[in-house]
Amino acid sequence: MFTYYLELALRSLKRSPGLTALMVLTIAFGVAASMTTYSVFRAVSGDPIPWKSSKLFVPQIDMWGPNGRGSDGEPPDAMDYNDAVTLMRDHRARLQSAMYQISPSIVPADASKHPINVSGHAVYSEFFPMLDVPFLYGSGWSTDDDTQRAAVVVISSKLNQKLFGGSNSVGKTVNVEGKDYRVVGVLNDWNPQPRFFDVVNSGGFSTGVEDVFLPFQRAISVGIPNDGNTNCNAVPTESGFVGLQHSACVWIAYMAELDDAAAVIAYKQYLDGYAHDAQQSGRFGWAPNNRLRDLPAWLDNQHVVPSDTKVSLLVALGLLLACLVNTAGLLLAKFLRRSSEIGVRRALGAPRMAIYAQFLVEAGMIGLAGGVLGLLLTGVGVASVGWVLPKDIAALARVDISLLLITLLVAVIATTLAGLYPTFRASRVQPAWQLKSN
Amino acid sequence: MTVHPIIAALHKHKAGVVLIALQIALTLAIICNAIFIIGQRIERVSQPTGMHEENDLFLITQQWVSAPSADDPGGLEKLDSMQQTDLATLRNLPDVASAAPIRSLPLLRSGSVGGIGLKPLQQKDTIDANYYYGDEQALSTLGLKLVAGRAFTAADVQHKPMRDQGEPVLAIVTKPVADKLFPQGDAVGKVIYLDSSGTPTTVVGVVARLQSAVDTAGSSLTWYSALFPVRQDANFSRTVVRAKPGRLEAAMRAVRPALYAVNPMRVIDDEQGVRSFVDIRADAYRADLGMAILMSVVCLILLSITAAGIVGLTSFWVGQRQRQIGVRRALGARKIDILHYFQLENLLIAGIGAVIGILLAIGLNLWLITHFEMDRMPVIYVLVGVLAVLALGQAAVFVPARRASNVPPVVATRAV
Repeated sequence: MFTYYLELALRSLKRSPGLTALMVLTIAFGVAASMTTYSVFRAVSGDPIPWKSSKLFVPQIDMWGPNGRGSDGEPPDAMDYNDAVTLMRDHRARLQSAMYQISPSIVPADASKHPINVSGHAVYSEFFPMLDVPFLYGSGWSTDDDTQRAAVVVISSKLNQKLFGGSNSVGKTVNVEGKDYRVVGVLNDWNPQPRFFDVVNSGGFSTGVEDVFLPFQRAISVGIPNDGNTNCNAVPTESGFVGLQHSACVWIAYMAELDDAAAVIAYKQYLDGYAHDAQQSGRFGWAPNNRLRDLPAWLDNQHVVPSDTKVSLLVALGLLLACLVNTAGLLLAKFLRRSSEIGVRRALGAPRMAIYAQFLVEAGMIGLAGGVLGLLLTGVGVASVGWVLPKDIAALARVDISLLLITLLVAVIATTLAGLYPTFRASRVQPAWQLKSN
Repeated sequence: MTVHPIIAALHKHKAGVVLIALQIALTLAIICNAIFIIGQRIERVSQPTGMHEENDLFLITQQWVSAPSADDPGGLEKLDSMQQTDLATLRNLPDVASAAPIRSLPLLRSGSVGGIGLKPLQQKDTIDANYYYGDEQALSTLGLKLVAGRAFTAADVQHKPMRDQGEPVLAIVTKPVADKLFPQGDAVGKVIYLDSSGTPTTVVGVVARLQSAVDTAGSSLTWYSALFPVRQDANFSRTVVRAKPGRLEAAMRAVRPALYAVNPMRVIDDEQGVRSFVDIRADAYRADLGMAILMSVVCLILLSITAAGIVGLTSFWVGQRQRQIGVRRALGARKIDILHYFQLENLLIAGIGAVIGILLAIGLNLWLITHFEMDRMPVIYVLVGVLAVLALGQAAVFVPARRASNVPPVVATRAV
């Protein structure tokens, strides 16, 4: 029976090629616009570390007080040096790391080559296990290396390729800011988007690669300055990078791994106790106003997904809706034009259900055709977002199997839905009327 | 022609009428908001920065390897002489008109923002402003328009470490800053206090306009800028260079070899090291332009689809009413009457759609305001949108309506 309906639908579609083409095009454009914007939205709103994001927390301490809060009462979104180092020393989470963005120079061993700039972070040893950072060779450094401010470095596979031709460089030496560092680990490809461990400085997404990681206290002691944002509520009383470390300016990101609800509560209590002590000692002239958000909540709070992306998706969905209304109208016209045919079929004994089936199959076929064409258009759309969107975001949008399936599914389901009412009307055709008028 | 028979006929096609009206409403709601977004973005992208002939400008960012620390006096002097040597080298290049050390440039998306107050040790700053630091050639190199007071002289210029807590002695501010702080228009010679400091800074000049270096999302900060006569010393330096007219590419090409010849122990990034201002501007506005293009594409698709839908459905109605049209023609209706009938019918449906569409458009705009910090859409956009969809409906209905008017009266006698 289904093949019979298919045949009927095909014949009907062939009979009015213009109208059929119009409906297919409508569905294709509607679906392609939605899917292209959805591919961008999906790319930027994805969870960068889904297996662990609910265990990763970002603490915020209100070290500026009421005058420094935003209009929403939020404390600063980064930490000053004093608090970050104290939290590291207290070590209340299972794993944690303070970090700041650096942009040191690397001097190639080959004297004929110019020095290059790389970007990266100064972090603590627990950064690597906490974020499940994948290593190609070697590993992160030890806690001892943290405390002894060891001259060790973890480099990206890209930098390893550049400096050592991709061979195992563990134990070899890299010149960072004019000083020699021993390579302890080479990362496997690791380019999480968004840069969830430091969204304040990366703004969420980044086209660059994190090329070097140095021990935090090492970078401080040799004076590698921070390359990211610095926010101050008062002018530092001392100048320079050392003055920054003594100031209440915020420039350090912080992340902690808390494995269960009890650990989260304990850590929250610890933060409040810390702020309370600061209030007692007179350093803070206000009650504790801390935050402890898990990673998804933090990314949301930092508006990592650009509002343009959301608005685009919304507008494209509106377009899809308009396309469906349009298709419904055209299907209605098309189906009712065949009232006499329906009348004959009904008179010959076809039940209402058969009419339903026949016309829904026809709608579904239009949806499928629209979906296939929509797929091609989505491919074109995703390929061309690079022309219109910022590079860091456009680079993330891609077509994959799941997008292909969703596109087809949306097209077929949406068109069938649009066909429901016209089909209902078609099934209501009175056979007697139609037979009489002809 | 009376509207009554049209309404009576529409009653027979309720579903079709509702669908067309709904589609026109959706189209109107979306295109109003989309065109509003496009308009806003284009306005933002086309606003002048305040710099004259900015297409001749480019920015050099370079970093010294193992540079001395700017925090100790010896290191500071060493860094400053390194920077001065670089500047002299750049100024001597044949295709370079002028060059100046600069902390940032408009639209660079990286800069310094501070507070300006009118009293010493003021608790809360009167305004926030962009801080630009440059030497006596900065004003002319950027091509800023001085509207009051004077430019900096070489004697005014201090050199300081980048993270210095001392306040500059002199400042040039933009007209919006001067107007805000000194509404009487007598800013030159007046004293301001930076970042709640107790040390005064004297305003010596006012420039017409200088856009912010950071993304200000259209706030007043966009035009609140101040320029200080300070050459900042750090492990990196930024220099803005004005090429001689038409010599931009040649000047940019000459930079790397010249600087490496002075001192090879430095990093000049392959992509970000030497950037034309055109490039900086394009980068800053890429998202805005992209959004405008995306919204235009959506509008185009939407209008085409709506027009095609109207053509399709009206054609169907025309086909369905062949006999009635024939009867009307046989009873004396002229071709033009039939044409007008369908045009009026479309106007009626589109009108209903437009009324619903106006409500939807305003609702969508309000929703975008609360969720995405969008601005309120001026009524003019809705009015233009209504006219656009009505015109679109008339254009789309014309072909099937003409076909209807060509139905010969003899059809009435056929069949039945």
